[in-house]
Amino acid sequence: MEKPLEIRWHGRGGQGVVTASRILADALLREGKYFQAFPEYGPERMGAPVKAYNRVSDAPIRIHSGVTNPEIVVVVDPTLIGAVDVLEGLAENGTVVANFPGTPKELRDLLHFSGGRVAVVDASLISREILGRVVVNTPILGALCRVLPQVRLESVLEAVRAQFGEKLRAEVVEKNLACLRRAYEEAQIG
Amino acid sequence: MKVMQERVSMGLNGNAAAAHAMRQINPHVVAAYPITPQTDCVERFAEFVSEGLVDTEFVTVESEHSALSACIGAAASGGRVMTATSSQGLALMWEMLYIAASMRLPIVMMVVNRALSGNINIHCDHSDTMGARDAGWIQLFSENAQEVYDNMIQAVRIAEDMRVRLPVMVTQDGFIISHAVERVELLGDEEVKTFVGPYKALYSLLDLQHPVTYGPLDLFDYYFEHKRSQIEAIDNCLPVIEEVGKEFGKLSGRFYGLLEEYRLADAEYAVVVLGSTCGTAKEAVDRLRDRGKKVGLLKIRCFRPFPKEQIIRALAPLKGVAVLDRSVTFGGFGGPVFTEIRSALYDVSPRPLIIDFYYGLGGRDIYVEDIEKAFARIEDVVRVGWVDKHIDYLGLRE
Repeated sequence: MEKPLEIRWHGRGGQGVVTASRILADALLREGKYFQAFPEYGPERMGAPVKAYNRVSDAPIRIHSGVTNPEIVVVVDPTLIGAVDVLEGLAENGTVVANFPGTPKELRDLLHFSGGRVAVVDASLISREILGRVVVNTPILGALCRVLPQVRLESVLEAVRAQFGEKLRAEVVEKNLACLRRAYEEAQIG
Repeated sequence: MKVMQERVSMGLNGNAAAAHAMRQINPHVVAAYPITPQTDCVERFAEFVSEGLVDTEFVTVESEHSALSACIGAAASGGRVMTATSSQGLALMWEMLYIAASMRLPIVMMVVNRALSGNINIHCDHSDTMGARDAGWIQLFSENAQEVYDNMIQAVRIAEDMRVRLPVMVTQDGFIISHAVERVELLGDEEVKTFVGPYKALYSLLDLQHPVTYGPLDLFDYYFEHKRSQIEAIDNCLPVIEEVGKEFGKLSGRFYGLLEEYRLADAEYAVVVLGSTCGTAKEAVDRLRDRGKKVGLLKIRCFRPFPKEQIIRALAPLKGVAVLDRSVTFGGFGGPVFTEIRSALYDVSPRPLIIDFYYGLGGRDIYVEDIEKAFARIEDVVRVGWVDKHIDYLGLRE
């Protein structure tokens, strides 16, 4: 059986990486895919580095081990770069998706990462401009969507609407969707 | 949320899958106390209660001992009763577990498998459920969130069958399944309602025309005879569990037996395992098969009652068996799964060589490569012709 595609999320406690991995799962459900979304549970504290994971496949997923060699890593918080080894176990030709205020080349230099692909977007700036505060987990999904052909932008937008539709005011939900769309468009891949 | 008449695919973790099954079953009474990692299930079910999606009397209690006590009272009074717990919670229920089974009350309980203290550990192993294996409950293990959902629905039919009338535990691995969102196919609400059928009360305390007594003093005059009938009652459940598994298969397309044999038909070596590790073991089997190894997996879904005949049939033709135990028996000869399987195979001639591995205690991860190591070891044992070391560890740091 073909190995599922594996994604590892890096963020800090309180930034919503677990929620992001679950929104991605919901988007994949809308695409008719099979998926897993699970966090790494430890002593969680606000601001401490946290991880979450996804698996993606066209067939039911049987493996229930932790993810050690992801094809994609998503870095939600730029201050983690250099603080934790975000490239640990990344597959050959793997992809790094990052909330980062520079170019793909600048991120590659910082990480000493020459292979694979890099997708960067300044999710912090986008959310500050649209929402008036830094909310990075929704916009980063837009950048991820650009390098993940298994899921279309429309499905991610629907999943975000389903996640927040009952909890947030309609206007705030629309702004979150606007962040996601803009991050999708502005993501630089290189 | 809306009532769901149609079948639907959802992204759910194991706790939510169990809560949705409980919503569709719509029991008369749920008494439960939240405990990590089961909390999410009880919280979701409480939401269904507050949204008016179920008719359940939801009893909040001050401990797990009280939770099961309330369930026992409600079941003896003639209600369909469910609960959920984990780890220390199950341990605190211990004396009530035996009482529920001895009174032949068809309570269904979801157990999220978690290590027992000390030290304090909230992650998966099977110590809690295995500690309750002798209490007289039927025990069904689940590989993934889909099986949690399916087993919960079947458990109601099994428990309430007039040939059974015993409590059932449906287990899932803590965090690995309870907190991992996977795709789960739900049946329609009406389909589940029809499948479980209306509850038939037996010897209800509230049936004032036919007064009965539960749990009286029962000394050397009759206690032994009552235990004999309880022993036979649980042994007689096996065909009912199989029957319900087939009927559920006809409805859902997902068929269940007491065991699942994976690529075992022509195998020479097998691992035996329960719960979420079965999926990881299937990957290991496939990889080794690609390299020409004749290997397979025996997954035990029903551990209590122990399906001895079926296990003998599945394992007797093999050269070697590696049992994976996710709980220990301190001072015993191997883990609970090993001990029982080795004993069952004693009369078989020739019989496979058997070794045991303790693995995954306190949530230690297990990888495909670990299971490949277990296969390599049993192959070595068979090559040598005898077992040098009966019990070893997988994934332990030395």
